[in-house]
Amino acid sequence: MLQILSPIMRIVEVPMLALQRLLGINKLAWVFLLPNLILFGLFAFLPVILNVSYAMTGGDNVLLADRPNVGLRNFVTLTDCENFLDPNSCREDKFWRAVWNTTWFVTLQVGAMVGFALLTAIILNGKIRARGFFRSVFFFPVLLSPVVVALIWKWILQREGVLNAFLDWTGIGGYNWLVDAQWAFTWSVFISVWAHMGFYTLILLAGLQAIPRDVYEAALMDRASPWRTFRRITLPLLSPTMLVVLVLALIKGVQTFDEIYAFTGGGPGTATTFIIQYIYEEGFAGAPRLFGLAAAASLLVAIVLVILTLIQLWVNRRNVDG
Amino acid sequence: MTNKVLMTTALASVLGLSAGMASAQEIRFMCSTDGNECEVYEDLLTRFEADNPGVDVIVDIVPYQAILENLPVQLASGNGPDIAKVTDLGGLSEYYLDLAPYVDRDYWESSFGDTLSWYRGPDGGDAINGMHSQLTITGPFVNATLFEQAGVEMPGEGATWEDWAAASRAVAEATGTDFPMAIDRSGHRVAGPAISYGAQLFDADGNAMLVDDGFTAYVEQFVEWNNDGTFARDVWAGQGGATYQDAAQEFINGELVFYYSGSWQVGRMEENIGDFFDWQVVDSPCGPAGACSGMPGGAGIVGFSDTEHPEIVAAIIDFLAQEDIYAEATARTRNLPAHLGVAAAGVDYEGVSAGAQGALNGFAGALPDVSPIAFAYQGYPGNRAMFGITVERLSQAIVGELTVEEAMERAASDLAAAMAEAN
Repeated sequence: MLQILSPIMRIVEVPMLALQRLLGINKLAWVFLLPNLILFGLFAFLPVILNVSYAMTGGDNVLLADRPNVGLRNFVTLTDCENFLDPNSCREDKFWRAVWNTTWFVTLQVGAMVGFALLTAIILNGKIRARGFFRSVFFFPVLLSPVVVALIWKWILQREGVLNAFLDWTGIGGYNWLVDAQWAFTWSVFISVWAHMGFYTLILLAGLQAIPRDVYEAALMDRASPWRTFRRITLPLLSPTMLVVLVLALIKGVQTFDEIYAFTGGGPGTATTFIIQYIYEEGFAGAPRLFGLAAAASLLVAIVLVILTLIQLWVNRRNVDG
Repeated sequence: MTNKVLMTTALASVLGLSAGMASAQEIRFMCSTDGNECEVYEDLLTRFEADNPGVDVIVDIVPYQAILENLPVQLASGNGPDIAKVTDLGGLSEYYLDLAPYVDRDYWESSFGDTLSWYRGPDGGDAINGMHSQLTITGPFVNATLFEQAGVEMPGEGATWEDWAAASRAVAEATGTDFPMAIDRSGHRVAGPAISYGAQLFDADGNAMLVDDGFTAYVEQFVEWNNDGTFARDVWAGQGGATYQDAAQEFINGELVFYYSGSWQVGRMEENIGDFFDWQVVDSPCGPAGACSGMPGGAGIVGFSDTEHPEIVAAIIDFLAQEDIYAEATARTRNLPAHLGVAAAGVDYEGVSAGAQGALNGFAGALPDVSPIAFAYQGYPGNRAMFGITVERLSQAIVGELTVEEAMERAASDLAAAMAEAN
């Protein structure tokens, strides 16, 4: 191997030495970083710049050059509200319905999912029979495509679905779950928790297994109750992992689209229309295609996500320091 | 020796490939299908290819959603196909290839008449932008067996929406059928009934106007019927956004008495219902405004101005527009003809039952009842925006997110905003 590399190194050495003499040894680091910076810039910064540019334009043309500059008009349209808590008072009521639906969805889904994932991880971390089997069972839904998840549950919950057939058989009688706004929303949260919980369970399980056993042994010797052990040992030592789980779940929750779109289409009405679906429909599915409004909405979502992540990081740092 | 053979073969292959590339004119035809349209066109175009050596027409069969959502973006970025089968007839007019320089204008104008204007977009003009390949008309399918079982007489000629609602409810109640009525979740589908209730859709200056007394009257009735169980609430309330949803499966399953859809469903009904029950097509019910209008529509085949082979694209579409070819395509795809010559001669649909033939004739016979407003609406380039707004706001009114009054206010402001952005 060395025999192959040596001649190559000798060829590279000459220009690199010249470059080092020209830039100095400190600036040479930039030369090594440059390829990655270019790639990163191409795939991260360029889309952001394009998104900002589109958000400042109007019309329904696709090409940026053909789109008139409208300044902040799209942001004004989105935020023109008499009362932000009442979407009906907003000019772009569909946006605010999607915002509030997403807020409720994320609150319920992340809360339920992290809670159940933690509970499941603790159970799976214990000495139970067929532990490997149960770990696989909980992780299995994560492997399914979001559309498959949506279709499975649609078949179960539709008017003539499996659940209603069962309820009819028991004499309770079926219900049109997906035509009732509250039930459609509730099932959307449930399905999302079911589909993603396994992933977070796995992360939390890894976090639990990283906690040294001797700390628990010490607690046992001090006759600490299981609840006190959980509160005083498990939770604090798991908090870095919990933070990762919360940040990931939160971001993924706000980005929810494919599963619920295939499951309810955002309905009934706008009961399960979340912010990404709003962006998709304004930008791509509707007529005319309002790329500017969609880009402005996506920027607002990105800003909110960054703020939420920073708050979480700050809270965690304060807990660690304090 | 082996090397020589390999070298010679490789060289011949490269030369052959280059020659092939130089001579083959590849035309991409983006097609979506309700039944067998794309397969039939692919078959018909093999004859064109045989008559025109070197032309290779590749029919890309795509989902309908791709035509609606991906094609406009492809065209805007200059990466569209050469030919496509479209339903947003006037909405994409800026990208169409004007076939006039390549075809016999007199033949096209005498054969396709007013449908040519549907493809011209907002600026009008006299361009020949597309061939209306599939004329459709909306109208009701009725489960005749359920009427018979219920002992309820089917409303006759001139029956109103109220008459049909009362009869369908009576049939559903007597037979234990799940739903008396249903209408596809589509702004296009409710346009005919709305016009029958007096919706004008355009103001005196010809500007689009979704909301007026007639439209509001229909929406009030429609929302009420969705909430009192007359209409299958699943269809409109079970979806979000402007997503299309039909109720054909409910009708096929015998769960629906009266289903308002359109002529393109005839093939599906015939294929899936068989002799499970008797069904028939009846006239579009009348509204308080006196009209009994369905809504025309359909799909057309267009070429795009970005094509590298405008002559060939025009020749292909012209080939499909010839009376014998058009008649064959119509018969094989079981559609209504937009070609006036073919319509006048009548279509002998291939292998269809007497019921399906009667249904197709029923739809064709309803064409004279179609309101001029409906024809104008179908040709209006901004109609997709109006269809989408109709679906979204009506659905919100049905599920109670908005009152009918709020929904109408929102619909009017949505349309104003959409028109401002589109201009």
